[in-house]
Amino acid sequence: MSTVTWITARGLFGRRRFLLLLPLPLVLLGLAVLCRSLGVDPGEWGPPVLVGLGLAVVLPVVALIIGTGVLGAEIDDGTVVHILTKPLPRWQIVLPKLAVAAGVSAATVAVPLYVAGVLADSVRLGLALAVAAALGALAYSALFLALSLVTRRPVLLGLVYVLIWEGLLGNFVSGTKVLSIQQYVIALADRIAPTGLLETSVSVPVASVMTALVSVGFTVLAIDRLRSFSVAGETS
Amino acid sequence: MSTLSLTGVSRWYGNVVAVNDISMALGPGVTGLLGPNGAGKTTLLHMMAGFLAPSRGTVTLDDEPTWRNPDVYRRLGLVSEREAVQGFLTAYEFVLASAKLHRLPDPAAAARRAIDLVELESAQDRRIGTYSKGMRQRARVAAALVHDPQVLLLDEPFNGMDPRQRLHMMQLLHTLGDAGRTILFSSHILEEVEQVSGTVQVMVAGRLAASGDFRTIRRLMTNRPHVFAVRSTDDRALAVALIAEASVSGVELDPTGLTVRAGDYGAFTRALPRIALNKGIRVRQLVPSDESLESVFSYLVEA
Repeated sequence: MSTVTWITARGLFGRRRFLLLLPLPLVLLGLAVLCRSLGVDPGEWGPPVLVGLGLAVVLPVVALIIGTGVLGAEIDDGTVVHILTKPLPRWQIVLPKLAVAAGVSAATVAVPLYVAGVLADSVRLGLALAVAAALGALAYSALFLALSLVTRRPVLLGLVYVLIWEGLLGNFVSGTKVLSIQQYVIALADRIAPTGLLETSVSVPVASVMTALVSVGFTVLAIDRLRSFSVAGETS
Repeated sequence: MSTLSLTGVSRWYGNVVAVNDISMALGPGVTGLLGPNGAGKTTLLHMMAGFLAPSRGTVTLDDEPTWRNPDVYRRLGLVSEREAVQGFLTAYEFVLASAKLHRLPDPAAAARRAIDLVELESAQDRRIGTYSKGMRQRARVAAALVHDPQVLLLDEPFNGMDPRQRLHMMQLLHTLGDAGRTILFSSHILEEVEQVSGTVQVMVAGRLAASGDFRTIRRLMTNRPHVFAVRSTDDRALAVALIAEASVSGVELDPTGLTVRAGDYGAFTRALPRIALNKGIRVRQLVPSDESLESVFSYLVEA
């Protein structure tokens, strides 16, 4: 494990805000188990729990907390200077951090989604949700990591993207769905395991290409921004 | 041996000019960067360390720019003013991580050597979060020294240190300077700089106000009269007696008391009690009214 990965992981798990990650996946898991045990028709609880909660809330919010944390927290408290004063090409800082963010987000979200998918339909749906969520976690992490270098308020902007752009506008202006990671995840999961539970207007090729574009594009942006990272004076 | 060169460096934020057309070359030895708070010291240090792009001019380390060039950190170490450390790591882990990030051939040995250098061995296995401010500062210095850089930049390194730690840090900087390293540290406290380094760069309001040997600059500063505010039981009688004194160059009398200008600080402060005693006047207040560094600097700028 590289030193950057090690410091990032320790920083992530050492902060209290990491505990914020636990309730959301647990709620998702609890709801799925509850619906299944009460014998509710999966056609009724599947879409709101899997998509409405799992893909629209748990995945982006978990990725937001982690993605803005891996570098953003270090920028906030100034410890980023320790890593930046090393003769490392900046991609060697961004990529390990992105790997930690995407990996932890994917693990946190994919497991409950897998279980919920199995309970709703089949193992195949469970796996489809887990794989699509992992890809989504990568795209979201790249976006939020880049945000933490572009703005001083990455969490706020990230929330605006998740809640307003993906959550609200997506319902009224269908065109916005083309720029919505959530829709890519739904399209990919539905492609891997076609069921009546997942619905989206975005086509699979668009979803695949856009997921790759978002992941790579924002990673490149983050590397470039880190190269020109400025430290503001602390005199005042 | 490395040389850090600044050529016509300016940095502005919108309409505010933080650093104004500074040129200097720093070679081996210890140099103090002196200036009142807000003079632009930190901005200048950040540009030297490659953490800020100059708005105009160039900053180079051995002819390589420091901005957008992570390779300079092979030869450059920075201890920033902001007291930021990963509190969840022990000092040893923290310094070791630095050594590994530098890809040193034997990181463990380098980490131990650096911790030795700042005398932190006894506490090296405690979490940095439990350290005092001075210890934290030393841990940061150890991390900055782990790759034995040719150039070390320190922003206000003595902040929060007790006198013993201060002395130790000063000795450390001396040792490094004598060994041919280029050391630059900033401070707003005159005495700190005086004790550590012979050469100083004085910044005032973003400009380089003076540069060179400390003693020369100090002499410049003592040329100017010292101003004291004095209050006594009989200001007028005291004024008459004081003006006869050789060390006093002027006395002003106003309703709130006396303003005394003295050419020689020591002679005046020794003479005043004697005069007051002889005349039977009781001195109620004696306050040096322009002792602040800022006024010393403004004098330098005007000079």
